[in-house]
Amino acid sequence: MNKEQLVKLHLPAIPERLCLVRVLVKRAAELAGCDAELSEKLVIAVNEACMNVIEHAYKGDDSGEIILEIHNNGSSLFFRLLDHADPIDLDSVKPRNLEDLRPGGLGTHFIREIMDECHMGHLEGGTGNYLEMRKKIS
Amino acid sequence: MELKLREEGGYAVIELSGEVDLSCSPEARKEILACLKASKNLLVDLSAVTYIDSSGVASLVEGYQTAKKQNQKFGLVGVSKGVLSVLQLARLDKVFPIHNSAAECIAANKLS
Repeated sequence: MNKEQLVKLHLPAIPERLCLVRVLVKRAAELAGCDAELSEKLVIAVNEACMNVIEHAYKGDDSGEIILEIHNNGSSLFFRLLDHADPIDLDSVKPRNLEDLRPGGLGTHFIREIMDECHMGHLEGGTGNYLEMRKKIS
Repeated sequence: MELKLREEGGYAVIELSGEVDLSCSPEARKEILACLKASKNLLVDLSAVTYIDSSGVASLVEGYQTAKKQNQKFGLVGVSKGVLSVLQLARLDKVFPIHNSAAECIAANKLS
C-alpha cells in the first residue's frame, strides 16, 4: 500500500517549539481519520519523542534541528523523527519500571504504550539518530 | 502556562492553566517545591490545564515525594480527562490523591 506524506517539518530542537508539533500531529491524525482519543494519544507519543531528542540527543544544545515526517498508508500512520546529534547509546533508551516511583523517565514508556511499533537507530556515517513509530488506525 | 498561587483552608493552592510542557514545567516544579519548603500543605489545581507532558508529571511526582518525606499533605484537584489519561498512562492515577475541587479535598481531609 502506498504511503502518502502528510507532513515534513523541520523545527528547532527547543522546548518552545513543542506546541507546534502537538498542533500538527493532532491535525494530521484527524485528517487521517483518527478519533479524538487516538489523536490525543498520538500527540502525547510524538511530543515525548521530540522531548527525548531535545533532552537526551541534543542535551539542551538549542542549535539542533528535529525533522518530523508523518505518512499515512490508509491503515497505519508512520512517524519518523530525525536529528543530527551525536549518536545516542541505544541500549540506554528503555522504559523504566513504573513501580519505582520517581520523577522522570516516563517518555519512553508513553511512546511504547501508545505506538504499535518503534525502531531507533543511527543515521549512516554517525550523522544523527532516527526514531520510527507506527500506529494502526483502521 | 499560567501559574497562580492562593490559599484556601490553610492550604497553599497552585493553579496551573494552559499547556504544561518542557518549556514551562521547570517553573511549575520550582513553585511546587517552594511552597513545600515553606512548610505548607499543597494542592495543585489542574482544572484549567489543557495538556501535560511527562516533564509536568515529573514535577508533580517530585512534589508528592517531597511532601511525603516532610510529612506534609499534597494532592491534585480538578484533573481533566486529558490530564487523567496521561496520569493513567504513567500508572499514577492511583498514586496521587485526586479530588474534584480544593474545597471538597480540604473538607474531606483525605490528602496524604
